[in-house]
Amino acid sequence: MSELLRVQNLKKHFPIYKGAVFPKKTGAVQAVDGISLTVNKGETLGLVGESGCGKSTAGRTILKLLDPTEGQIIYKGQDITNVKGEELRKLRKEMQLIFQDPYASLNPRKTIEQTVTEPMKIFGMSKEKRQQKLDRLLEVVGLDTYHKYRYPHEFSGGQRQRIGIARALALDPELIICDEPVSALDVSIQAQVINLMEDLQKEFNLTYIFIAHDLSVVHHISDRVAVMYLGEIVEIGEVEELYGDPKHPYTKALLSSIPEARPVEKRERIMLQGDLPSPSNPPQGCKFHTRCPWAEDICKQKKPVLKQVPGAEHQVACHLVKEVVEETEPTPV
Amino acid sequence: MADHLPILEVKDLHTHFFTKAGTVKAVDGVSFSVKPGETLGIVGESGSGKSITAMSVMKLVPSPPGKIVSGDIRFNGESLLLKKEKEMRKIRGKDISMIFQDPMTSLNPVFSVEKQMMETILTHENMNKQQARNRAIELLDLVGIPDAAKRLKNYPHEFSGGMRQRVMIAMALACNPKVLIADEPTTALDVTIQAQILDLLKKLQQELGMAIIMITHDLGVVAEVCDRVMVMYAGKPVEFSSVKELFDHPKHPYTWGLLSSIPQIHNRKERLEAIKGLPPDLRDLAKGCSFAPRCTHVKEECLTKDPALLEDETDHFVRCLLYEQEEKVIIHE
Ligand SMILES: Nc1ncnc2c1ncn2[C@@H]1O[C@H](COP(=O)(O)OP(=O)(O)OP(=O)(O)O)[C@@H](O)[C@H]1O
Ligand SMILES: Nc1ncnc2c1ncn2[C@@H]1O[C@H](COP(=O)(O)OP(=O)(O)OP(=O)(O)O)[C@@H](O)[C@H]1O
Ligand SMILES: [Mg+2]
Ligand SMILES: [Mg+2]
Repeated sequence: MSELLRVQNLKKHFPIYKGAVFPKKTGAVQAVDGISLTVNKGETLGLVGESGCGKSTAGRTILKLLDPTEGQIIYKGQDITNVKGEELRKLRKEMQLIFQDPYASLNPRKTIEQTVTEPMKIFGMSKEKRQQKLDRLLEVVGLDTYHKYRYPHEFSGGQRQRIGIARALALDPELIICDEPVSALDVSIQAQVINLMEDLQKEFNLTYIFIAHDLSVVHHISDRVAVMYLGEIVEIGEVEELYGDPKHPYTKALLSSIPEARPVEKRERIMLQGDLPSPSNPPQGCKFHTRCPWAEDICKQKKPVLKQVPGAEHQVACHLVKEVVEETEPTPV
Repeated sequence: MADHLPILEVKDLHTHFFTKAGTVKAVDGVSFSVKPGETLGIVGESGSGKSITAMSVMKLVPSPPGKIVSGDIRFNGESLLLKKEKEMRKIRGKDISMIFQDPMTSLNPVFSVEKQMMETILTHENMNKQQARNRAIELLDLVGIPDAAKRLKNYPHEFSGGMRQRVMIAMALACNPKVLIADEPTTALDVTIQAQILDLLKKLQQELGMAIIMITHDLGVVAEVCDRVMVMYAGKPVEFSSVKELFDHPKHPYTWGLLSSIPQIHNRKERLEAIKGLPPDLRDLAKGCSFAPRCTHVKEECLTKDPALLEDETDHFVRCLLYEQEEKVIIHE
């Protein structure tokens, strides 16, 4: 497996200004605060975490829709952190984003046909080819072709989301960052879209970063999963390993809160205490310590770094990993 | 709760869109009622008319091209269809409020969240500006936005997807509505915050006796919060029962399809099951059952005969010819 993307210590801070007439910078929202990860060609990396923890910002910064504050983005071995102009335009063809908010990302004055075929036109595809491709794309996302001449406001929420997916696929990209791509879909269409994404991945060796809060969907589609908390990655690992044996207290809380239509077993829900701290003034030490049921003194003082879990494809940033494991669940043999 | 009269009743509602390409029968015969303190779930195919049903209750269907062509909507025994726009404005946000599926429908990008929230509160409540501001901060706090007093000054685009959704929830709850229509209120929320929000809604419901209509594709959420549930397909309810009945004895083949499409963490499949075929074209619905072309149990008469909504002794309604003769009742496990 070869590496397609590597992100090193990536940061994105949004400045906060005060004062209407002479705005002065008074602080920053530290939306993404030093994440490092690699994504291999053909794999799916799931990205999960609390609302507001920086998933969308990370995705947009990796695609260079936002300028990084610090850090590096290496794509196919080339440092693209600072590319601009024509080079960036070419990159955009290879890297696509399925937007979290489909309505905001669709031009209300363009029909679906225009929206989906325009990028193909820019990259010089013939009219006939464009039409063929459009029909095929609509079919795969489950929209009848009679929809092509309609405008975004004439669609339901889930229909719009599927238009966003069709558009992202239009240019045969290599890397797609999918930001909540199926959140507005009923489970049957969701299944259809996910099956499609998996088929395309196999056929074209596509690479996905899949952002979602639906942990069952992430479990189904991902090879590896990264868990974010307040702008940082707190745990990352192979999917079965991470779901089967979560190490970080935040990951445990997350996995214990999944609502299920037919719960298989009664689970103890770990309710997090307190509120998500503000990303403009995050806690010292481990950012999670203010809400961690097991926090100790060291957690308030020292920031934990990602460490390898022995014998597994699994890394976690927590001072207490061993203790926590022993306290909560006697290790099964 | 049984002795309460329904607070909201929808009777045989038909809402159509008259477009150049033909009449789209988005809602085509929907009836339901909710009592104070009760939660009704609406699930169903993407594009089946769930949001348009909700918009019809609010009398916010864009017209033209949309129109409520027949049926009745009664709030507290009074028909909303007879009310003038001026009267509706007093009811919306105060008696009946809605969390919209698309955050940008209810949030204006050019005003700060503070301005928008205060406007809602000042319109309906007898408060001065300071009181309204305090109420807004309290509400943002309730939905778990950290640093609420500061964040109030932000514009919608400065919030993450899930935060915007919570701002809308806060706005919908601002005036303690009697009926809350929540259209996919937790799609952008991670599971821990979703659990918090659902708890908050339950608590407010107990305190205020609010009735909730919960539109969602997340069957886990349905199982957790709803009392009864309506399943929609192509503008019509196809099944309607208590939540327990629906999960224990689903009757409609569409519901079977939905339930088997859910990805399950404890039982990971190579491929998700999806219902085959495309959703129907709502412009020229053929005679017979709309689901027939995709149904695994289709019979010849399904293509020609419109099924009626049948009831059994457990208050379980289903619209399917499989149940026309009582002795034929089959239950899918
Ligand atoms: N302005 C419009 N003009 C024409 N058709 C419309 C318009 N608005 C909605 N529709 C159609 O009405 C149908 C019902 O839409 P609605 O938004 O109620 O679906 P929904 O059940 O909420 O779906 P979702 O789960 O995707 O949100 C859809 O098929 C949609 O395409
Ligand atoms: N343009 C902006 N200006 C200021 N702050 C911003 C901006 N965009 C995002 N933020 C802030 O950065 C933080 C991270 O936001 P982001 O959208 O990346 O979160 P997310 O993990 O995608 O959350 P969600 O699951 O809710 O979509 C949030 O606190 C958000 O308010
Ligand atoms: Mg996001
Ligand atoms: Mg909808």
